[in-house]
This record gives sequence, C-alpha cells and structure tokens, in this order.
Amino acid sequence: MPNIVVLVKQVPDTYSERKLSEGDHTLDRDFADAVLDEINERAIEEALQIKEAHDGEVTVLCVGPDRATDAIRKGLSMGADKAIHVLDDALHGSDLLQTAKVLAAAIRTVEDVDLVIAGNEASDGAGGAVPAVVAELLGYPQLTHAREVTVDGTTVKVTRETEDGLTHLEASLPAVVSVGEKINEPRYPSFKGIMAAKKKPVETVDIADLGVDAGDVGLANAWSTVVEAAPKPPREAGQRVEDDGDGGVKIAEYLVGQKLI
Amino acid sequence: MSTSFYNQEHAEFRELARTFVARAVEPHLRRWDADGLIGREVWKAAAARGLLGLRTPEEYGGAGVADYRFRCVLTEELSRVGAAAFASGLAINEDIVAGYLLNLGSDAQRRRWLPGMAEGEVVTSIAMSEPGAGSDLRAISTTATRTDAGWVVNGSKTFITNGGSSDVVLVAARTGEREGRPRLSLLLVPAGTPGFTRGRTLDKLGLHAQDTAELFFDDVEVPADNLVGEEGRGFHHLTHQLPLERLSIAWRGLSGADAALRWTLDYVRDRSAFGQRVIDFQHTRFRLAELVTEVDVTRAYLEKLVLDLNDGRLDATTAAKAKWWATELQQRVVSACLQMHGGYGYMTEYPIARAFADARVQTIVGGTTEIMKEIIGRALAADRS
Repeated sequence: MPNIVVLVKQVPDTYSERKLSEGDHTLDRDFADAVLDEINERAIEEALQIKEAHDGEVTVLCVGPDRATDAIRKGLSMGADKAIHVLDDALHGSDLLQTAKVLAAAIRTVEDVDLVIAGNEASDGAGGAVPAVVAELLGYPQLTHAREVTVDGTTVKVTRETEDGLTHLEASLPAVVSVGEKINEPRYPSFKGIMAAKKKPVETVDIADLGVDAGDVGLANAWSTVVEAAPKPPREAGQRVEDDGDGGVKIAEYLVGQKLI
Repeated sequence: MSTSFYNQEHAEFRELARTFVARAVEPHLRRWDADGLIGREVWKAAAARGLLGLRTPEEYGGAGVADYRFRCVLTEELSRVGAAAFASGLAINEDIVAGYLLNLGSDAQRRRWLPGMAEGEVVTSIAMSEPGAGSDLRAISTTATRTDAGWVVNGSKTFITNGGSSDVVLVAARTGEREGRPRLSLLLVPAGTPGFTRGRTLDKLGLHAQDTAELFFDDVEVPADNLVGEEGRGFHHLTHQLPLERLSIAWRGLSGADAALRWTLDYVRDRSAFGQRVIDFQHTRFRLAELVTEVDVTRAYLEKLVLDLNDGRLDATTAAKAKWWATELQQRVVSACLQMHGGYGYMTEYPIARAFADARVQTIVGGTTEIMKEIIGRALAADRS
C-alpha cells in the first residue's frame, strides 16, 4: 500500500504568451493563463496507476500562490486523495534550490512516504533539478527521467530514458521518481471526480509550519538571480533564391556558407 | 460568455466537456455522417466521464446535479465542433426521456432504465409524431388497448430521433376519448418486443449522423407496468415537460448560432479579397456586428430562463418565446455566416455548410415556429401573459 506524494506546479499555459515582470524579473503571473503543468498530469497519472494496482494513497503537494489551488484541484479531480498547499508570500521569487528545500520539508510532514513522484522538468523554469535536489535533501534514492515505473513490495524499478539511451534502475523505497513525457497518457477528470474533489482535504501550510526560516527563501535570498531579460528577437525573413537552373549549386553554396557542409 | 451566469464549477465542467468532445466526438463526426449512425462508443465514453445522467439522482446512477447550466455547457461544447446530431440525440435521453421518468415514472421504471442511460448503455426515443400527426397531437392515431396482461399498441410513428437504434421508446398512444377528444397515455416499449419494428433510417436534409426513423407497432403487447404516469393524462404530462423541452432546443439554437459566428470570424479574419481581409470590408463588419448583437441579447434572455428553470419558475409560454426566437435567430446567423464563407461555405468539409443543413430542422422540431407563436398569441388573447 504505497503512500505516494506527487509534486505539482502551476505554470503559465504554454499556449499563452509568457512574460517576466518588469521590476524583479519574476514570472508575471497576471499575464498568462495558469494551468497544472502537463508533465505533472503524467506524474499524477502514474501515481494513480500505482495506487490502483497496489492500493495506497496519493497526496498532491504544491508550492505556489493562492490561485495554485486550481492546479491542486485538477489533481484531486483526477483522483488524488488529498493535498498540501504551501502558501506563503515570503516564497515569492524563490529559486529551485529554495523550492526544493520547502518541498522536502513538506514531504517530511507526511507520514510513511514510500514514493515521491514528480515531472522531470517544469515547462516554465525548465531547470529539471528539483526532483534530484529533493531526493538529496531527503536522503532518498533518485530515479529520474522514467518512462516506465514498477513498484514491487519495497522496491521500485524504473526504465530511465535519456539521450544516452535506456538505463534500468532499481531502488528500495522510499524513493524519488521523476517521469518523462513518454510515461503515460494522463486521464482527464470525470464529472464525479470534479464534484468529489471539492470534498477532499487540502491542508494549507506556511513556511513557519514547515520549520523553514523566512531568511532562507524568497527572491532576496535566492542562490540564482535573473539580472536581465529581453524578449526573443523576432525571426528574420529567410533568404530567397530564384532557381535559374542553378538552384542546387546555390543551396550548396548557402550550406557551405553556414558551415553545415 | 458571461461570467455571472457560469461559476467555477461550470468552468471545470467545460474543460472536461471540451476534452471529451476533442477526443471522443470531433474525430468521428464525418464517419457518423457517412454511417448515418452515431456509434455507441461515444455514449459510453461520455458516461465514463460522468457526462450522462447529469440530473438523475445518484441512487439511479446519475450525478444528481439538477442545475441545467451543466447541460448548457455540454451543448455549447458540442456545438463548437458542429456535433448537432449527437447533441439532439443526447437531448432526447437527458432532457426529455429522463425528464419523463424522473417526474412521472415509478420507482421500478426509474431503476430499470435510468442507470443504463447514465452508463451510456441505454439510448432512448420519444415517439409522438406520426405520418398524419405532427404539431396536431389530437390527430394521433396510434392506439393502446387495455388487456388483462397490460396494453396492446397498434400504429406507426415517424421522424423519431435515435429511432433506428434506441433500446426503449416512450410512445404516446390514444387510450380512449372523452367529450370527443382523444385521451393520450405514455407507454414504454422496449426494443425486441414482438410486433415492434423499425422502418428505414430516414434520408434527411441535415443531421445525417442521426438515425431518425419510422417505427411500427403491430399488436405490440407490453405489461401494465410500462405505463408512465397516469392513464389518459398524456396531454397533461406532455405539457408538464414543455418548458425544458423548448428551452433545450432554444439553447441548441443559441449555441449553434454562437459557434457559426466563431467559425466565421476566424474565416473572415484570415481570408483576403481585393487586397484586404474580408473582415475589413464595412459590409462584413456591419453584418457581423448585427448578428453578434442579436446573439448576445438572446443569450441574456435565455440565461435568465435557464435560471428560472432551475428555480422551477419557467412556464411553457415563455419557453415558447425562447424556442421560436432562438431557432429563427440560428437560421439567420447560420445563413449569413455561410454567405461570408463564399464558395467554401457550400462545401461540406467546412462546418458552416453542415451547420446550415443541420440547423434547418430547428424551427420545426419540438413545435414549429408557427405553433410557438400560436401558443404565445393564445395566451395574449386570453390575457394570461
């Protein structure tokens, strides 16, 4: 009966225009639609599949502002049992090391955790380090970039997929697993799921509840700082070549000029 | 879409409905049209997501949510992809037959049929129209005669939605006369009952995916328990269902008009003629401005009526106003929108072309525009409105 915690993040919708605030270069949350990050839907799906196979409980854990409750509720309507929402103004502008510290502290408040499942990287920050840092802080083994997860008794087996190929990993529980895009197709909530989600417990905590010092979090204390941000330059028009019978030669010349051949 | 009409729950429901429509409805529309039939898979897919049996109480397998706004959301999402045939079949199950069973059905009847309807296993029809009786229900000639065991039904019905494949049909039949006027009763006739046969799927102008059919009843015996409501009170029972029935069609009209405008706005913003976008012509702008205004004003009226329905305060005459107005508006909007698509608007690969054909029945089905006006006019003449 694995007790699973799923880390979820609310991110600006990748379909909407994303922007940083003028003042402190943090995410301009008013600007874009906020959604549950898609990779987290896959993490929740994997947790639910493990739960359905072995019983157990799924807790959704989210660090985020007020409106992150929408992302939490999506997770609950998919079928997670309960949620923890770490909500504290002091967290504004925290980097991934600080966020991982808060997540680890929150996971410690859950009794008898067997498995922590996360997406391998968020679509906004794209740091891709939070699962590993959380594992390190908790002293759990880390099995990242999973495309297949199997829980068997007190061990977890993972097929890890990276550009280098496939690696087969095995670890004792408790462990941290991060999942990649290919892990599964996430289910979407049913109407009953949506209605039931309203009655599921969401525990809202601040950093003091977690024993985290306000001096350790937030923009002012972050280990990384965004110094400058500029919008991506507009794409330049391509070069147009008329084919007067020598089109092939011109293409070859272009590719040589670009040092591509 | 006004924000005061819908709340957060409706927004979440919309996200679910939109995902369902994108995955389980939109990819199949052309095949359903070609087959002249909506496969059962979509009913089961809808049930798996809890989209069926919305107002059916949980003890009968439904969601137990009486708020009609959820149905409104689902209708809108189906309209956005032009799934008018499925939307009409769904309305028969969800708004009409479920309504009869919930309001008039016995506990046994509810237990027999409602859970299957909520699971997408049971698709239903309601059979009122006959070759010789449409708006004029008093001309119904199908009869049900009492026997020791129950009822024997004889006659034929036509233009029956879901008729080719439905699992049970709620039949309006003549069960006697009083003072020269027919007395109607409502009877459940399950598929497979001896003597109950179906004619061909009717070849219609639009709604090609709908297996609208003729039904024949030749000495069809059903048990006494299959009577829904009271014997001879059919007219009264029908009247009781009219507010929801009319509003359901009106909302499909509004949603259809709204969808047509969305497709058209996308088209005229993209399409160029004479060196400018079609939307940059003053005529296009004025025409769209008129239509959008009409749709917005109509939406405000219908939203009020939906809230009245939720509160049990919607009367049949007010619903008649909504029905004729919204469906006539749908005709005007869809026709004008097709015109703005030019030649492409006549091609069935464009949703506007199919919507044009699908919409045409809307001012006829569930009581024609003329009948609606007669009903309103009658109330005016009697000084009741």
